[in-house]
Amino acid sequence: MSESDKKKPNRRDFILTATTAAGAVGVGAAVWPLVDQMNPDASVKALASTEVDVSSVQPGQSITVIWRGKPVFIKRRTQDEIDSARAVDLSELKHPEKDEDRAKNPEWLVMLGVCTHLGCVPLTDKGDYNAWFCPCHGSHYDTSGRIRKGPAPTNMEVPKYEFVNSNTIKIG
Amino acid sequence: MSDHEYTPKSKVGKWFNDRLPLLTLANHLTDYPTPKNLNYWWTFGGILTFCLITQIITGIILGMHYVAHADLAFQSVEHIMRDVNYGWLIRYVHANGASMFFLAVYIHIFRSLYYGSYKSPREVIWIIGMLIYFLMMATAFMGYVLPWGQMSFWGATVITNLFSAIPLVGDSITTWLWGGYSVDNPTLTRFFSLHYLFPFLILGLVILHIWALHVPGNNNPIGIDIKKPSKDTVPFHPYIVIKDLFALLIFLIIFAFFVFFSPNILGHADNYIEANPLVTPAHIVPEWYLLPFYAILRSVPDKLLGVIAMFAAIFVLVILPWLDTSKVRSTVFRPIYKQFYWFLVADVLILGYVGAMPAEGLYLLIARVATAYYFAHFLIILPFLGMKEKTTPLPLSITEPVLGGSADMAMAKNNSDYKEKL
Repeated sequence: MSESDKKKPNRRDFILTATTAAGAVGVGAAVWPLVDQMNPDASVKALASTEVDVSSVQPGQSITVIWRGKPVFIKRRTQDEIDSARAVDLSELKHPEKDEDRAKNPEWLVMLGVCTHLGCVPLTDKGDYNAWFCPCHGSHYDTSGRIRKGPAPTNMEVPKYEFVNSNTIKIG
Repeated sequence: MSDHEYTPKSKVGKWFNDRLPLLTLANHLTDYPTPKNLNYWWTFGGILTFCLITQIITGIILGMHYVAHADLAFQSVEHIMRDVNYGWLIRYVHANGASMFFLAVYIHIFRSLYYGSYKSPREVIWIIGMLIYFLMMATAFMGYVLPWGQMSFWGATVITNLFSAIPLVGDSITTWLWGGYSVDNPTLTRFFSLHYLFPFLILGLVILHIWALHVPGNNNPIGIDIKKPSKDTVPFHPYIVIKDLFALLIFLIIFAFFVFFSPNILGHADNYIEANPLVTPAHIVPEWYLLPFYAILRSVPDKLLGVIAMFAAIFVLVILPWLDTSKVRSTVFRPIYKQFYWFLVADVLILGYVGAMPAEGLYLLIARVATAYYFAHFLIILPFLGMKEKTTPLPLSITEPVLGGSADMAMAKNNSDYKEKL
C-alpha cells in the first residue's frame, strides 16, 4: 500500500463501510422481533379498560378491583379525610401534588394500589396517616395516597378514569 | 499442566486420540499435579459440580410434570408432590438442592477470600466464578417464582420492580420484563424458559472456570507458588478424587437431613398459598441465600441508590483482585488481615440476619452500619492494609516447614526469587 492509499479512503474502504453499515441495520432488524416479543402482547393490551359499579360503596369504605393485572383502590372518602388531605402544605410533600388534582371528585379517590417503591399492595386504614401503609418496606401514604414517609419515591399513581354515570367508574 | 506428551496404549485409542484428543484430556485431568497440602475447604469445587448436576437432572425431571401457566402452575406442583411417583423426593431434592448449592458456593467463595485464591495469576478464575455466582442467583430467583405461590409472586414483583428505579427507561424495562403491566402469566412462562436455560450457561462457565484453573494450577493453604509436578504435588487421581468423594459423602448426609427430615425449613410457609395479586404477605423475605443483599437494598432510604448499592455489593467482589493490594495470598501470613477477614464473615452473617427481620428500628440501624462496613472492607481496608501490613515470613515450599528445607535446590531458589519480588 502506498502512502496516499492510507490517507484517502478508496473505493474498497467505501464498500467495506457501506457493507458493515447495511449489515448492522440488518442484524438490528432481525434482533428487534426477538426483543419486542417480550413486550405486552395484543391479548394483554386488550384488557386495557375496566368498568366498576360503585353504587354500594359507603363513605369511608374502600374497594379493590383489578385493572391490567394490578389492584386499583377506589375509596369513598369521608369529609374528615378529604379535609385532612386538602389541608396539607405542599412544601411538606416528597412528591408535591394537590389533592384537588388527584381526586377530581373529592369524595372518590381512584388510584393504583401499588406501592411505588417495589410494587407491593399497601394495607388500607393503616400507618401514621391512618390511610395506606406498605408492609414490605414501610412506606406511609396519606388520605390522598401521597407518599409521606418511607422509601417510596412517588405518590401512588392515579390512572386515567372517568365516571360513566354517577354509579359507574371506567378505568383505563 | 502436565508437560509430557501422552500417547494412548491401544491402537484404537491412538487412532481416536489423533482425531479428537479426549484421552489426552482425560490423562491431563488424572495426572493433574495438585498441591499436597490442600485441606477440606478445597473439596467444595467437586461438591459444587455435584450440586449443579443434581439440579440439572432433578430439574429436567420436574420439567416433565410441571405446567408453566399462571392458572395451573400451583396445582401442577402439588400434583408432583402428591401424584407423581417419587415426585415429592425429586422436588424436595431440587428445592433443598438450591440451598445446598448456595451453602457450598458461599464456603467456596470464603475459602478463596481466606487463602487469596483470587489474586494474580488467578483473577480470571475468580471473575468467571463471580459470573457463575450471579447466574446462580438469577436462576434460583426465577426457579422460586415457578411454583406460583404467594412468595413466588411477590418476590418476583419486588425484584422486577428493582429495574423501575432506573431513570427514564425504568418503567419500559419493567413492562418488557413482565410482558404486561404486572407480574402475570407471560412473566411466568419466560421465567420458566430462562430457568431451564441458565443452568446450562452455568455449566459452560464451570468448564471455563476449571480450564482457567488448570492453567496456573491450584492455589494452596500457604498460598505460595509451587513447582509442578514436584515433591509438593500429588496427582489429582486418586489422591484428590478420594478426598473429594469423602467430603461429598459428609455433605450428602447434611443434604439428606434437610430433604428427609425438614424439607420445608428453608422455605417459606406463604409459598403454599397460591399467588394472589391483591394481597401482599405481611412480611416478604427472599430465600436465605439472598438475604445479605436484600439487607443492603433496604438499608438505603432512596430507591435508586438502594438498588445501586445492592448491585455494587456484587460488583466490588468482581474487582476484588485489584482492591486487595497485598502480594501475599494466604491469610496464614497476614495477621491483621486475618482479623478483618473474620469481621467480614461476621458482617455478612449480620446482614443476612437483619435482611430476614423487618426493616425498622434497631434492625435498620444495624443493617446500615453493616452495609457501610461491607463497603469499607473492600474499598478502604483492603487497599490500605495491603500496603501497610507486615506479613510473616513465607516458607520456601510446602515441604520446607516439615523437612527443614527443600531437597530441590532449584525450587528453593525459585521461591527465594519470588520472595524478593515481594
